[in-house]
Amino acid sequence: MAARIVQEFTKGLWKEIAPLRFALGICSALAVSTRVDNALGLGIAVVFVTCMSNVLISLVRNLVPDKVRIAVFISIIATAVVIVELVMQAYFYPLFLVLGIWIPLIVVNCIVLGRAEAFARKNPVALSLADGLGMGLGFTLSLLVIASIREVLGSGSWLGIAVLPDGYPGFGFLLRPPGAFVIFGVLLAAMNVVSKRLEKR
Amino acid sequence: MQDYLLLIIAAMFVNNIVLILFLGNCPLVGVTSSMESAFGMGAAVVFVTTLAGTACWIVQRFALEPLALEYLQTLVFILIIASLVQFVEIVLQKVAPPLYRTLGIFLPLITTNCMVFGAAILSIKHDYTFLQTLVFCLAAAVGFALVLVFMAGLRERMEVSGRIPAALQGVPITMITAGMMGLSFAGLLGMAH
Repeated sequence: MAARIVQEFTKGLWKEIAPLRFALGICSALAVSTRVDNALGLGIAVVFVTCMSNVLISLVRNLVPDKVRIAVFISIIATAVVIVELVMQAYFYPLFLVLGIWIPLIVVNCIVLGRAEAFARKNPVALSLADGLGMGLGFTLSLLVIASIREVLGSGSWLGIAVLPDGYPGFGFLLRPPGAFVIFGVLLAAMNVVSKRLEKR
Repeated sequence: MQDYLLLIIAAMFVNNIVLILFLGNCPLVGVTSSMESAFGMGAAVVFVTTLAGTACWIVQRFALEPLALEYLQTLVFILIIASLVQFVEIVLQKVAPPLYRTLGIFLPLITTNCMVFGAAILSIKHDYTFLQTLVFCLAAAVGFALVLVFMAGLRERMEVSGRIPAALQGVPITMITAGMMGLSFAGLLGMAH
């Protein structure tokens, strides 16, 4: 059992890392990745939502008729998101303002409903929690990678600390929406090359 | 009148909902491999976004705000959208079977399409009137459909050319193309906000 839990947890971090492997949940991944701190904030919110929704859905999995399951899942996910929204508004107000509509939009993040549908409705609570945690952290990890590239090359800092020399002009294109698409495409291509190399070995 | 024209241009091109606001990127990857599916999805989204955006506006103004329940916005909106999609599906199946056959398979996907939900939230956030909400949702969704159709056309051409390196095939090249398209849309910045 313990081995199974570890396996379900770690698959979300590399083998099935959702944004980079399946292009799931990329809307918010691209939108908030201009700075590392924002990416971290949204990542933590998503981890909370995937864990909570996976656990709750796994608990009710035998009670919900198949036909209405999507509506039930969506209501559970929306409840988790409302909790995140209210907590952030109360305790992390500046972050709440920066993330703006991306907090309520966690409801329609494909990863959350995807995990409910593909995993939590068929598996016991402990496994579902491991899966939710892994997938959420995988999302956070992808966000951090994209945000690190964009913040370092775009504004010469990482987490607000200057890392490139003072005279660095900043590659502004990366901070704009089109830059996000291009950098994400290049990252995916690089990931394809790397995993192909690893497979050959 | 001019205000509405500006609103349309801003929603459709300048702040394009897919390329500039990053809403609805999953279908941009998922359904643009053929022109036919891009067109079907685009039409379905235009239909649902306009309906859902205005329905959410009505509920927000006449139910949530008088009762001071704004904090339930997320939960209520997503339920409105989900039930509306189900309703549209049933009605189309009965009233217009040919249309249902074209749009049918795309309708369930729309429930979790962030652009429907995003357009509804944005209209509330911008304090639009009812008519402005209607125009905004319609224009934003048409902008979405346009990008989808453009992208499908480009991807079909790329497929035929057969010159895309193996590592870039599929999602990576789609993203890079979206970036290039986004640049041309960003060129309109300054025309309207």
